[in-house]
Amino acid sequence: MFGLEKNDSKLLLIVAVLVLLAPFILNPFPEGSGLAQFNAGYPDLMQRFVIFGIFAIGFNIMFGLTGYLSFGHAAFLGVGSYSAVWMFKLLSMNILPAIILSVIIAGLFALLIGYVSLRRSGIYFSILTLAFAQMSFALAYSVLTPLTNGETGLQLTLDDPRVLGVSATADGSIPVTNLFGLEMRSTFQLNLGDWLFTFSAGYYVCAVVMLLAFYLSVRIFRSPFGMMLRAIKSNQQRLYYTGLNARPYTLAAFVISGMYAGLAGGLMASMDPLAGAERMQWTASGEVVLMTILGGAGTLIGPVLGAGMIKYFENIFSKINDNVLHGWFSFLPDGIEDFLVTIVHPFVGKGWHLTLGIIFMLVVIFLPGGLVEGGQRIGRLFKRKKAEDNDKSTSTEPAE
Amino acid sequence: MDAILLQILNGLDKGSAYALIALGLTLIFGTLGVVNFAHGAIFMIGAFCSVTLQRLFNLSYEVIDETQKDFLGNPLKVKTPYVESWFGPEMGATIIDWSVPLAILFAIPVMLVIGYVMERGLIKHFYKRPHADQILVTFGLAIVLQEVIKYFFGANPIQTPAPEALSGVAQLAEGIVYPVWRIVYFCFAVVIIGAVFAFLQFTTFGMVVRAGMADRETVGLLGIDIDKRFTIMFGLAAAVAGLAGVMYGPINAPNYHMGMDFLVLSFVVVVVGGMGSLPGAVLAGFVLGILESFASTTWATTTLPGINQIIIYLVAIIILLTRPRGLMGRKGVMED
Repeated sequence: MFGLEKNDSKLLLIVAVLVLLAPFILNPFPEGSGLAQFNAGYPDLMQRFVIFGIFAIGFNIMFGLTGYLSFGHAAFLGVGSYSAVWMFKLLSMNILPAIILSVIIAGLFALLIGYVSLRRSGIYFSILTLAFAQMSFALAYSVLTPLTNGETGLQLTLDDPRVLGVSATADGSIPVTNLFGLEMRSTFQLNLGDWLFTFSAGYYVCAVVMLLAFYLSVRIFRSPFGMMLRAIKSNQQRLYYTGLNARPYTLAAFVISGMYAGLAGGLMASMDPLAGAERMQWTASGEVVLMTILGGAGTLIGPVLGAGMIKYFENIFSKINDNVLHGWFSFLPDGIEDFLVTIVHPFVGKGWHLTLGIIFMLVVIFLPGGLVEGGQRIGRLFKRKKAEDNDKSTSTEPAE
Repeated sequence: MDAILLQILNGLDKGSAYALIALGLTLIFGTLGVVNFAHGAIFMIGAFCSVTLQRLFNLSYEVIDETQKDFLGNPLKVKTPYVESWFGPEMGATIIDWSVPLAILFAIPVMLVIGYVMERGLIKHFYKRPHADQILVTFGLAIVLQEVIKYFFGANPIQTPAPEALSGVAQLAEGIVYPVWRIVYFCFAVVIIGAVFAFLQFTTFGMVVRAGMADRETVGLLGIDIDKRFTIMFGLAAAVAGLAGVMYGPINAPNYHMGMDFLVLSFVVVVVGGMGSLPGAVLAGFVLGILESFASTTWATTTLPGINQIIIYLVAIIILLTRPRGLMGRKGVMED
């Protein structure tokens, strides 16, 4: 299907189904029940899942596939956001030109930075990208204020000179972003018994873009170009000896992953038309590194899983406060209840970063392949058992 | 002339902090070959050592003071720190006042232990793994340490004032007035840096460590337990960063993300100085600190707006592209 092998098309199909049914899957608990706060099926969060998924997929092309650890990818995300908002201000509220522009600008920007940074590898490359990103952040924050509106961030205003479209709607408010008339903000709510499902136009646009981006990354992974990137990761020296220059390939990979980041930035601005400099800070770059590693660098689905997990943590876990904890442990005797709450308290709510850091460390130490490898290990455990039950002699492991 | 001197002075305290952190980073890198992203967090923990000591000294109990009455005529309750009751009010007040410098004594063992535990417990297992893995695991550790500190001390900066005697300004020359504590910080940094170099240069231990940095295997073949010495060096590097943090408190109130803020810059410093070169790290630290202060003058910011924020990165990029090994880098370090 679509020029993919059987396994890959199965994966793509599963991802597509999961993404398209996300409003159902992420809302497993009925409204008003104690567990309802674990529902992640609201449009804002689902959009973040897929947008950061795109970001992480792009980052994975650079880190997972090519082996270059960039600590400055957030710069491209920020540049994408800024260009998208400028497009909204100057041209029209249609998100298509905005996204196209943000991908192009981020690509050009990545070409510039990549051309310089890729002269070095290893830790030097990491530091160079970090330096460039911090520089872009500082510039966006102060010097380029006419372009970026400094620390306030770039926003839409009522007197934007929009060429195609109106500066303000009839009732005097800022028009909303749309895709050929389909407003990104519009939602449709479905009430089934106690459950409330929200379908948002914005989410589905992002989801479709994410599926396309995912499909493209699968194709890149399986292409001769992807093979070349993998060769660069495994042994660059050997490549040089065979007479191949790795630079054009790494640069192409860098630009592609920068464009992915720009796409994510453009989508982010399309869902909520504002852009701020803090999106470009190096901690934001660190976040995408966390996502990719957590999910599994170098795997197809890993980055998306990682992005989903971190965003879920950030939005759901951080809401668990002491009251909720007391609610959970209320069936226990008072002393034990208080004790348990005190123990759990630092790890949830405002302390969710701590849990994230610990999980991240555990993953790096014990599961270098991330969650995907964890899943595979569990899968293998079951498979082996099954194979042993059926027939011990005929089962052979594929040599890989 | 005076203006130039003033800018150099201004740059020295930041430069001292950069140099001390970068020195530790390079020490760890040169000995163990580990890229330690948690080093900034160690600096931050050092700063919170002085916060802790300040809090300990300020622990107090309430006594009823018969001489003071509130407006109803009841005797007032007065808080008295334990320190004052043990050492007498005058001595106690002095001790509380000097809590930041005294924290050095408290911080040294704490930082050595933290460094030792970190190396034995975690980093030991990462020698054979790629540098990316080392960066990632120490990055994770930095997040954890940062969050732990945030949990115990809150997210707001905590004031740690310098002792009264060292907190004023000094008249260095005609028209040059400069805070005393910054001079103290610079002198402190020079002493620490000198001590580290002397330790490496003039002691047998230092000689073995230097030999180990040059050729680990040969030293091992001579029957010397080089791993143990390197572990101690890790503890020492942690102590250097921690002390830099302790004394930095009065210049900038400690907060939980100061480590990450300094980490990025000090990595840039290390790279500019040349990975694995101790003098390079120190030199680059001071040079970049001073450059930053020159770029912050009104003259510089009006001619080139924003230059004060990007100067370090700009210099780093130029240096990395023209001299890949940095100012004083050795050959063959991390050049894969």
